[in-house]
Amino acid sequence: MNPLDLVRAEPGPAFTVTLDGRDIEVLPGRTVAAALWAEGVTSWRTTRDAGRPRGVFCGIGVCFDCLVTVNDRPNQRACLVPLAPGDTIRTQEGTGHDD
Amino acid sequence: MVGAACALYAARAGLAVAVVDRGPVAGGTTGAGEGNLLVSDKEPGPELDLALLSGRLWADLAEERAEAIEYEAKGGVVVAPTPESLAALEAFAAGQRTAGVLTEPVATDQLHDLEPYLAPGLAGAVHYPQDTQVMPALAAAHLLRASGARLLTGRTVTEVLRARDGSVRGVRTDRGDLYAPAVVNAAGTWGAEVASLAGVTLPVLPRRGFVLVTEPLPRRVRHKVYAADYVADVASDSAALQTSPVVEGTAAGPILIGASRERVGFDRSFSLPVVRELAEGATRLFPFLSQVRALRTYLGFRPYLPDHLPAIGPDPRAPGLFHACGHEGAGIGLSTGTGQLIAQVLAGRTPDLDLAPFRPDRFSEEAA
Repeated sequence: MNPLDLVRAEPGPAFTVTLDGRDIEVLPGRTVAAALWAEGVTSWRTTRDAGRPRGVFCGIGVCFDCLVTVNDRPNQRACLVPLAPGDTIRTQEGTGHDD
Repeated sequence: MVGAACALYAARAGLAVAVVDRGPVAGGTTGAGEGNLLVSDKEPGPELDLALLSGRLWADLAEERAEAIEYEAKGGVVVAPTPESLAALEAFAAGQRTAGVLTEPVATDQLHDLEPYLAPGLAGAVHYPQDTQVMPALAAAHLLRASGARLLTGRTVTEVLRARDGSVRGVRTDRGDLYAPAVVNAAGTWGAEVASLAGVTLPVLPRRGFVLVTEPLPRRVRHKVYAADYVADVASDSAALQTSPVVEGTAAGPILIGASRERVGFDRSFSLPVVRELAEGATRLFPFLSQVRALRTYLGFRPYLPDHLPAIGPDPRAPGLFHACGHEGAGIGLSTGTGQLIAQVLAGRTPDLDLAPFRPDRFSEEAA
């Protein structure tokens, strides 16, 4: 069942952001993590040493597993950052820093 | 950490060892530090002698397990912001050189070869190649494992058992008695409590410090880097807040930013003013840090003794009781030498260093 129906939610119109260059639709109020999950993406980072997949673990900003680059700023916690129209989300490798 | 080192060297001396800890391994100050093995911040004297001895022992231990304990002989760089502080730093380093410390003056134009991201405009620095880092929780765990000692965690010592003649014969814990002809008080910041269980005073006090942890970064800080005024803060007797920037990278990627010192008892509450000062000091040294996220902070309590020297050796007031605590912020670095010295006196040998400056009964009753 659609969770929106469960709570009889009436969200505003969706807007567009980009995930690694492709457009995805996001309902207002959603965090990066919520948008990625809604898109079916559950893993978007790999660990620095062993390359193991990571996505949302704690979901409340504590574990720093869900790190992602938003609007060119690396290491944002996907579970905490709300999205705005036109935001660019990039999955990141390693520390997220270039050097 | 000190207890783990005592266990290792005592076991190597052929003694049967049991380690009793009311918490887990590295649950106290060991787990709350940065893992510095420093000679750079010590003036010539007994503490520096202990640091040099400890450094050699750490290097021996690291031969087999450098990676496991994240042992990294990265060296320290002490920077002087002004010509006056540089002159003072160079005089300090000259004294250390005569005591066996390797020091290399770093001119302004070489500073960025050593540390490319340092702020411009610093007067100069001194490079200390012997400064080293370990990951303290891993080091404590690996040393305990290597010791083969019986490990009793989550077990609180409630009494030091004394025979009729006053000599120590073991400890009572909340889960039974342990009999032993020698008891080593390696309770760190809580060393005063254990001493009092044996009826002796040892004025160990907590000196609180915060560490600020950044997001993982590529290696941008290569050495342990700190400002010259850190040395004065370490040696200070003030209870008021002091901060001086100490910045270092870690094997895992985050940068650790210290160092604050204040005597506020065992208060574990977060202090924004302290952490703000740490961040300001660190960004003065490394401006790029202003664009880096801090993930978290942690705090710990250094075991402070009034003359800034640890208590190491037998306690004549309670035969059979030995102390190995009160190393303030240097306990990780000084643990190996301390463990070696304790093992030597336990085994009835002559210790490598004169223990007189570390006598546990050197404080008057008023100081306690």
